[in-house]
Amino acid sequence: MTPILQLKGITKQFPGVLANDHIDLTLNKGEVLALLGENGAGKSTLMNILYGLYQPDEGEILINGEKIFVESPTDAIEAGIGMVHQHFMLIPVFTVTENVMLGEETLKFADFLDRQSAANRILEISQTYNLQVNPYDLVKDLPVGVQQRVEIIKLLFREAEILIFDEPTAVLTPQEADELFEIMRILSDQGKSIIFITHKLREVLAIADRILVIRRGKVVGETTPEDADKNSLAAMMVGRAVSLEVEKIEKEHGDLVLSIDNMVVADKFQNIVVDHVSLDVYEGEIVGIAGVQGNGQTELVEAVTGLKKPAEGKISLLGEDVTKANPRTITEAGSAHVPEDRQADGLVLPFPVAENLVLCTYYKEPYSKGLILQYNTILDHANQLIDDFDIRTPDALTPVSNLSGGNQQKVIIARELSRPIKFLVASQPTRGLDVGSIEYIHKRIIQKRDEGCAVLLVSPELDEIMELSDRIAVMYRGEIIADIPNKSVTKEEIGLMMAGVLPEDVLMEKKAHLAEQGS
Amino acid sequence: MSKKIKEKQDAGKVLLEEINQPQKRSLWRVISVPLLAIVTGVIIGAILIAATSTSVYDAFGESFFKGISTAFSEVFVAYRSMFTGSIGDPVRIVNALASGDAREIRSALNPFLESLVQATPYIFAGLAVALGFRAGLFNIGVEGQLFIGAACATYVGYAITGLPGIIHMPLAFLAGGLGGALWGFIPGFLKATTGGHEVINTIMMNYIAFRLTEWLLSGPMTRPGSGGMPISPIIEESAQIPQFFQTPIRFHLGFFIALGFAWLVWWLLFKTKWGLNLRTVGTNPRAAKYAGLSVVKNTMIGMALSGGLAGLAGAVQILAINRSMALGLSSGYGFDSIALALIGNNHPLGVVLSSILFGTLRNGATRMMVISRIPIDIVDVIQAIILMLVAAPAIIRTIYRLREPKQEETTVFVSGWGGG
Repeated sequence: MTPILQLKGITKQFPGVLANDHIDLTLNKGEVLALLGENGAGKSTLMNILYGLYQPDEGEILINGEKIFVESPTDAIEAGIGMVHQHFMLIPVFTVTENVMLGEETLKFADFLDRQSAANRILEISQTYNLQVNPYDLVKDLPVGVQQRVEIIKLLFREAEILIFDEPTAVLTPQEADELFEIMRILSDQGKSIIFITHKLREVLAIADRILVIRRGKVVGETTPEDADKNSLAAMMVGRAVSLEVEKIEKEHGDLVLSIDNMVVADKFQNIVVDHVSLDVYEGEIVGIAGVQGNGQTELVEAVTGLKKPAEGKISLLGEDVTKANPRTITEAGSAHVPEDRQADGLVLPFPVAENLVLCTYYKEPYSKGLILQYNTILDHANQLIDDFDIRTPDALTPVSNLSGGNQQKVIIARELSRPIKFLVASQPTRGLDVGSIEYIHKRIIQKRDEGCAVLLVSPELDEIMELSDRIAVMYRGEIIADIPNKSVTKEEIGLMMAGVLPEDVLMEKKAHLAEQGS
Repeated sequence: MSKKIKEKQDAGKVLLEEINQPQKRSLWRVISVPLLAIVTGVIIGAILIAATSTSVYDAFGESFFKGISTAFSEVFVAYRSMFTGSIGDPVRIVNALASGDAREIRSALNPFLESLVQATPYIFAGLAVALGFRAGLFNIGVEGQLFIGAACATYVGYAITGLPGIIHMPLAFLAGGLGGALWGFIPGFLKATTGGHEVINTIMMNYIAFRLTEWLLSGPMTRPGSGGMPISPIIEESAQIPQFFQTPIRFHLGFFIALGFAWLVWWLLFKTKWGLNLRTVGTNPRAAKYAGLSVVKNTMIGMALSGGLAGLAGAVQILAINRSMALGLSSGYGFDSIALALIGNNHPLGVVLSSILFGTLRNGATRMMVISRIPIDIVDVIQAIILMLVAAPAIIRTIYRLREPKQEETTVFVSGWGGG
């Protein structure tokens, strides 16, 4: 049987980078093909070529054995190729139907939109693939997981046969991710062919029929979930053996470093987003804040780092009251902050790596003497950190915007962790990063903890929280509803708490379950 | 890799420049758009000259060939007169140099020196806008700040007497800067404390400045015996910025002061921590806040410095050229300066170069009008076209098929709007 899609010898050169180097790819009908690779490996470039956003320098694309030219997304859609982007392309104030119809308006009479027949088709699609989407809901009222399904419906509405999912689980809770996998399974059973781009090994093993690993623009291996495991995949991806489990020695924690007492934080509309939260973090421990994104974690971190003033309550750091302190005072007291949104908060993108590496300290000796910046010192410092933290950059003068996401994050990690600090706030420190970088950043955080630093870790990735934390606090709707030692809970239990189930109930269920098994 | 960097480090100044101007690494990438915009502007100007000339139409009435040749000769005459008017007549310069007559050399070079005179206020005003952009502020109020600066310099220039020139002149000059700084500080303060956008507030401050100087000149600062004309007294000789040669050559010390300030602004922006504060706030206010900078404070400083430079533009015109203040002080320096800051990529060196270009165009246009009767306004049109092409680089890139650069190139300009 002819494969539904073939890419032959696709090559794409960017200035200084060979993003795709003669990549061959075959996709069979009804198959889920996982495209696995680190960030910057060339996955996105390849898919953008397939989707018509880039033109390849060499190579050809064949659909059902016939050569096609994809010069724009319109061509791609016509050829039956659809893409679910990492960031949704939806208009929040429109209904599902209106969003789906955009660009593909079904009309009746002269120029009137035929919402009804579109809605009917959406319902039909929704039922066929068990998507459970109501065509009349406004998109802004829908949970993220459902919004993603609206994106899928958009593709099915346009009769796409090949669906590309670009890092689809980045925005989902573990439960939502599992639901997505079920949907992908149904889609492939119904004959749709799927390319699934990811760097998460667990997901690849869970859903793929076949796995294609890309490294530095080249296909370095092909395998199936049956023949592979996490370690072998990670090794293929990174090009060396990677230890996936974080090694961590158990130890007693030391003195109190951060103490939050009954803190309330309001957002700019005066809604309470952090609701009477109390939390202590001690020397030499990592406290992980679990929770679905948007439950007050961001504001909690902003308050702790001085970016936002709490409305009520008290924060003390190393015995000092810092409730009303500004960010610089808090930094100088010995705290470091790896911000959630690295591009918006953590970096000045057009500035060179060297300047970004001293963003919080350039005003002090030795980086400036009097008024004058000491660029030689700044450069030496930068080259040192580039070596120490293995930041991949042409040189210290390259604008940080030219670096890959992982290396941008390394710039921040290097800047924050290379200072003598006693307290570290790490907010989603590995968001969107590849296995190699994650491993590295986790090691560095553990190392800081072992040196006696107190760490507050915020992450929507439950795996990350479970692996790193000594203690886990679960945030739900602005409150900390659980604050428990890591050892005493399972991932599933935390998952339930993230959905708002109180720990007492979770534990009761657990007991009941155990009793049931015992009887 | 690290070895390569070490080698580069010894290159000293050039390298330090590079640190702050990552885009500069490819010189062609930086200058290609402005340069091609200028070329395109001149070509379109040529078409307009031909299209608005009655003799070209007359010639076309006779024969097509004659029409074309007349069009070419019209354009040639116009641009040649613009060239000799602004740079000088090459033949005359060569002869003068050969003769060795100092006086003849001076007058042969005068057109070029006059272009530099015209460029001087542009440099200050352009620096004002460029510094503002670097700090994330879109200062449209340069014109008003310039008027206030001029008024302050004038007042100090005539009201204080008996000082030696070495003190009086700098005093009057700095008074101009201070006045402009105050005028810039007000919208900066409003933006920082209330969020009022500086684009709106600087425009409003312009109107206040115009009417205020009008009142000053016809009231408190009016020249005795002017018969109600809104004109100030003539400033003391000790306050004047010296001109180097006898009239009619107006070339003066102010041009070199302007170059000095361009260097100072470059040094401040790219060599000092204050400059880095300003640029960080200007490029990414959120990261600046994260890094512990006060966005409020730096916004006010940025606007005050920008206004101060604009004030100096007014001061230099009064102290070196006009010697007294009247209402027709500025021929739109404040607004042209936005254009030339953009053409100069908001870099002090770029500002100096584009100021000289604008000065040259202005100066040449006067001569062109005399010789070929083409209205001076054609220069406004050429300038406008250049600016539009620079502001919309996609047009230039399409015409000349240049490769698309990275996105960061436009961030400085954009943040001026989005920064509020």
